Amino acid sequence: MKLEIRGLTKRFGSFTANDGIDLTIEPGEIHCLLGENGAGKSTLMNMLYGLLDPTEGEIVVDGVPVSFSSPGDAIEAGIGMVHQHFMLVPVFTVAENVMLGREQTRGLGVLNRRKASHLVRELSERFHLAVDPDAMVEDLPVGVQQRVEIIKALSNDAKVLILDEPTAVLTPQEIDELMEIMRELKAQGTSIIFITHKLREVRAVGDRISVIRRGKVVGTAAPTASEAELAEMMVGREVSLRVTKEAASVGKPVLEVRDVTVIDPRGHQVVKNVSFEARAGEVLGIAGVQGNGQTELIKSLLGLVRPDAGQILLEGRDISRHGPRQSLEDGIGYIPEDRSHDGYVGGFSVRENLILDLYRHEEFSRGGALRLDEIRANAEARIAEFDIRTESASTPVSALSGGNQQKVVVAREFSRPLKVLIASQPTRGVDVGSIEFIHKRIVSERDKGTAVIIVSTELDEVYALSDRIAVMYDGRIVATVDPDLPREDIGLLMAGATTDEESTAR
Amino acid sequence: MSDLEKGPEPREPRRGTPHDPDAEHVDVLDPDAVGGEDAAKQVQASMAAADRPGGPLDLSVYLPTAKVTAGAILIALVIGAVLIAISDDGVIESLSYFTSYPWDFFTRSGDAIWSAYSALVRGSVGSGAAISTTLERSAPLICAGLSVALAFRAGLFNIGGQGQLTIGALCAGYVGFTWDLPSGVHVVAAALAGILGGAVWGGIVGLLKARTGAHEVITTIMFNYIAVAVLTYALSKDAFQRPGSDNPQSLPVADSARLPEIFGVHIGVLLAFLAAGLVWWILERSTLGFELRAVGANADASRTAGMSIPKVYTLAMLLAGALAGLASLSGVLGRGDSLSLSVVGSTGFDAITVALLGRATPLGTVLAGLLFGAMSVGGGAMEAAGTPRELTDVLQALIVLFVAAPALVKGLMRVKESGGGATVMAKGWGS
Repeated sequence: MKLEIRGLTKRFGSFTANDGIDLTIEPGEIHCLLGENGAGKSTLMNMLYGLLDPTEGEIVVDGVPVSFSSPGDAIEAGIGMVHQHFMLVPVFTVAENVMLGREQTRGLGVLNRRKASHLVRELSERFHLAVDPDAMVEDLPVGVQQRVEIIKALSNDAKVLILDEPTAVLTPQEIDELMEIMRELKAQGTSIIFITHKLREVRAVGDRISVIRRGKVVGTAAPTASEAELAEMMVGREVSLRVTKEAASVGKPVLEVRDVTVIDPRGHQVVKNVSFEARAGEVLGIAGVQGNGQTELIKSLLGLVRPDAGQILLEGRDISRHGPRQSLEDGIGYIPEDRSHDGYVGGFSVRENLILDLYRHEEFSRGGALRLDEIRANAEARIAEFDIRTESASTPVSALSGGNQQKVVVAREFSRPLKVLIASQPTRGVDVGSIEFIHKRIVSERDKGTAVIIVSTELDEVYALSDRIAVMYDGRIVATVDPDLPREDIGLLMAGATTDEESTAR
Repeated sequence: MSDLEKGPEPREPRRGTPHDPDAEHVDVLDPDAVGGEDAAKQVQASMAAADRPGGPLDLSVYLPTAKVTAGAILIALVIGAVLIAISDDGVIESLSYFTSYPWDFFTRSGDAIWSAYSALVRGSVGSGAAISTTLERSAPLICAGLSVALAFRAGLFNIGGQGQLTIGALCAGYVGFTWDLPSGVHVVAAALAGILGGAVWGGIVGLLKARTGAHEVITTIMFNYIAVAVLTYALSKDAFQRPGSDNPQSLPVADSARLPEIFGVHIGVLLAFLAAGLVWWILERSTLGFELRAVGANADASRTAGMSIPKVYTLAMLLAGALAGLASLSGVLGRGDSLSLSVVGSTGFDAITVALLGRATPLGTVLAGLLFGAMSVGGGAMEAAGTPRELTDVLQALIVLFVAAPALVKGLMRVKESGGGATVMAKGWGS
């Protein structure tokens, strides 16, 4: 199936989200869509999947113009989509999930599970997906759940498969597997639209690359283009992808974590006897696939979660019983992994968010009354210093782009003297330009002598910033390694491979 | 309740900032005020919201915009006009010969509507006495509305105004008719007792929520029942019951415990306005208000920023209860009502409406309280002019109904939807 997009335009009021986009997806090609956040990739895909009506332009399938008023129409036309957040029912089996919405019955409303199972098995074998139709979805690893989504789309006879940031949740090994599957699909004639902002992946698997910036296709590139070229197209200016940093001048341990164990509300040990130390003037990277205890570990460091065993020492003092407020006062800076959830108050203005954990200081309040002039001045200074792109200081943070929201959080945490900086996914969902900026600030914080802990599921980020890397798997730190270890080896550790030589963990 | 955020379609793009009564920036949702950039940001914002299943519940989605409120009032008045016309005997009579003299129908309808609405206006604000009555009727609505609004801003739905008012009235009344104090001191003591009673009743709910996570909607409703039961019990005891009476009714408070008058109205009116100013100051200018609003809008981020959620919940409910206690003074200490089972009327429930209509801001609550107070007073005058006074209840109900269904108002007013596509944005689009 050949899918053409001709002059597709979408306006919201006077704002043009997509401006005359032309794209052609040839049968059996992997077409990568590269663009920063807010570039208009989502709007484009929403139109393609029948969720939005185009203002102008048309979608043409095999030479015939079509119009989709709902995802049902798009599916009918052979377009399938795998969302970034899976749309699966965890307590159903794979087969049940696949037949969901168009259940086949054997009369009297009895579900024909066998037929669904059969279909899943068939597709799984044909595309080498290795999915067991009778497995419960909640028991499956994320990578396999994603394949269930792919099967769901394929079972609808999708000829064009849209994959929305599919690698965000995967381990390096799972990413390799996914790419293998993509190649297999392609070989059997399915076209793939692969949305991502990761340059490495685009180059590894794409046949053609279309770069979108500010709602327009700014160019196409071959997978042979260099990462720097692609980044430049994406951002519109030259970007430095490497973090330039001096060798760390490591001081004494600032934060010592000793045998910390955290048990989650369901009674599972999510952090198991973790010990490490973060030293002044050094970046310690904690690598690991999402959901291996990093979240809980980090929360316990700030006091959001109380460790069930073990000690956390800040400059030799036990702070494991402290709440977040005390920890913040003690000089711990904290950039949470989910900024919209834990990092800012969406309805609050930029100005208010910039003092969200500073308002109680003498500087910003006196006798229970906020000092508006000081708060205003602080906002102006931070906005300038961190180049936060906002209409005004009183604009609600929820109206900012992801990168600028993150800058608000980062600016706030960097606006007081820190002993330890804990940054979890500091650049998640942030555009390339802002990533560069945030990384620079983190390194300069390190150079001021702060002990920095970076938690990231992005190996690139861990590599770029860290002076030492601790790898977490299944609630444990399985190894602490130098950043010159090859990616593959760290990838293996992240996937739980046990090593003899690198287990110098402590 | 967080399902509200996870609905198949984000129902309304979320409103920008309900926390800004002085409207420093335009309502981000106002379609006419949105420039191009804003529209894009809005879309991003609404996508970010949809993107986050199970995010903290933002009560502000229930608040109407100023435009919707104005539209709701207008539409309610129009429907009210139709009701007035068809409930008028002369109009109905003219229908029987409509085809011969259609003009009769229209003049009679016009007369009926005019006389009813003009009576409504005259009765509520048409004279000095009417204005005084309106102000006195509005005072408890404003105070109790502030109670609901304040809790709302902290993310708490205070359905317990009724119970807090009841306990407030009980305490104020008890001090008012049993203690024997010099006049200046007596009224202060009685007022403080009422405020304190309400504060304790609300504070317990806050404490329960803070300590155990008990949902305030459920506990406040239960505390309403308990408060009524406490009042019923008290009124059967010698300490409260009017001597020589079998009715569950107390004596009125002593004259020394009555609220003094100022500018022809009891001082409760002034207190209500002062309370509104105080609540505004707390919300917008104090660190407590900062915490309160932050917790109300995003409890997780607030906790991460080092705020104590239990402290905020407890204090918010304590203050809300105190405001409800203040509202209870109008009856027992203002009008001099004796304690009975109907001593607080339905003020505690009307307050929820007032606060929602006022967008949970102090100024809005004052305006909504005045409106409802005026309608309630004007209803009496309207009845004298031949229209059932229940019509004002219908009007109030219609206003609230339309406020609660903004899409309906927008449809009726033909207000263009903003952005067109923002409401159908898919979930799960991170980029």
